[in-house]
Amino acid sequence: MLNENILKNDEKAVYSLRSLYRRFGYSRFKMSKFEEYDLYVRNKDFLISDGIITFTDTNGRLLALKPDVTLSIIKNAPDVKGHIEKLYYNENVYRISKDSHSFREITQTGLECIGDIGIYDICEVLYLAVKSLESIDENYIVDIAHAGLVSALINACDLSENVKATVLESIQNKSIDEITFLFQKGNITQAAYDIISKLISTYKSRAEVFDAFNGTDESVQKELNEFLSICSAAEELELMGKLRIDFSIVNNTSYYSGLVFKGYISGIPTSVLSGGQYDKLMKKMGKRSGAVGFAVYLDALERHGTAQLDYDYDFVILKDTSCPSAQIIRTVESLSANGFSVIVLSELDSSIRYKTLMKLTKNGLEGA
Amino acid sequence: MEFINVALPKGRLGEKVYAMFEKSGYGCPSIKENNRKLIFENAEAGVRYFWVKPSDVAIYVERGAADIGVAGKDILLEYSPDVYELLDLKIGKCRMAVAAKKDFRDNTSETLRVATKFSNIAQKFYNEKCRDIDIIHLNGSIEIAPILGLSDVIVDIVETGKTLYENDLEPIETIVPISARLIANKSSFKFKGEKISEIAASLGKLVRENND
Repeated sequence: MLNENILKNDEKAVYSLRSLYRRFGYSRFKMSKFEEYDLYVRNKDFLISDGIITFTDTNGRLLALKPDVTLSIIKNAPDVKGHIEKLYYNENVYRISKDSHSFREITQTGLECIGDIGIYDICEVLYLAVKSLESIDENYIVDIAHAGLVSALINACDLSENVKATVLESIQNKSIDEITFLFQKGNITQAAYDIISKLISTYKSRAEVFDAFNGTDESVQKELNEFLSICSAAEELELMGKLRIDFSIVNNTSYYSGLVFKGYISGIPTSVLSGGQYDKLMKKMGKRSGAVGFAVYLDALERHGTAQLDYDYDFVILKDTSCPSAQIIRTVESLSANGFSVIVLSELDSSIRYKTLMKLTKNGLEGA
Repeated sequence: MEFINVALPKGRLGEKVYAMFEKSGYGCPSIKENNRKLIFENAEAGVRYFWVKPSDVAIYVERGAADIGVAGKDILLEYSPDVYELLDLKIGKCRMAVAAKKDFRDNTSETLRVATKFSNIAQKFYNEKCRDIDIIHLNGSIEIAPILGLSDVIVDIVETGKTLYENDLEPIETIVPISARLIANKSSFKFKGEKISEIAASLGKLVRENND
């Protein structure tokens, strides 16, 4: 019997997410914990943390404990026209934590849709991202943005590489004052200031986004149209109540090419879901096809909504030395069949917290 | 009702910051009572304040214990916490600068020894100049390092420069201007965004009035 209370939040999420992804035709991709180190060296910028745990295999090859799943999946994906591969995974990855500066094992679940993808596939992945959060907690929000649109708008601003980095960082931090400072220093033009400050704002509807960026230039228009068509599909699916258009989530325009999104759950201080369309990464890895996917960071869910328990066990049974073992086990079985937790002890330890204390003698159970 | 948790930096800057919150309509009278309480709330305005060490404000906000807080730009640049930086409060103004002994002449043929509390800021600044440096991380009394020959220069916060001049040091280059910033936890901004934006807008109005 699967007892709801036994499973921790992150474990429950794994089950519900698996069944959700299977329903939409995604198949499980189980992979080895090790990967050739070379794969990560070539795509270092894509990784969230720099550090990788490496070791030498018996044949002298340098291997790494996986810091990331996406790269391993797309490395093996076929690159055939008209073909689409839909995969989901549930793996442990090893990364350096920003806070402790030491390696941590992180459980990650996610999915990737790779191949000849179109607007439908992108919408499907966004839909599944929203449903993933919905299955974990009803109080969630998904921010969406478009990396291609941000790239095109920043390119239209005609900035130097140095200023571009500062501008992207200011967009991520919603720091309008930093942009004003750049403008006052003469690093950006009035036109660029107008565009960038619009990127920092949050938008309530796709109409507002259209009004803000329509007619900037041709390359912007193409990306804008794509983004708005995704938003309109989301509207039809009645997802817009939980989606928010916010360009501050675009953090890597050299890998992400189209839609990007980040999910938040109330009460968890960091994002718990992150994903998008990463055709540029595919191109860097020598693939012609596109890809879209996301990851759910299950470690963030571990402490979510868990209250401290008032006691460790429902029953503590103090056994008499004369009690036969078979009798003790039968007693534990009969009590625990009702879902109670039972521990058998010879002596009571003062650190143990329990609901009911019982004594077990040859004559049976009696209250202590 | 839902509160907005505000982390304020202990000390003179924090008091100025609180005065701005109060003036913007988010006061909390009990905060001025001289007692040992750590947390102060005003249910009517929906805000709850607590004082923490200035360099810890960003940690409280990044990890969601505080929804918003006020931290110096120096801390934000040094630790790059994953937070929104909503407003420049334009108080606590100073600058991050390179300083050295008055007779210092930079010898570019040698590695430059830099003493600082702000290792990341110093490293980034000299990386951009392609200058090879040796960082000496100190936790305080940075000014003494060049005097004793521990370092060639220091990277530190300069307000008036008085301490520097009194010790025969002088600022030689400004790295970045510093001031207090209103920061917000990214997740809190999604769920309590309206209220946070409202506070940021009221403070912003006050900043504009003060600086006009």
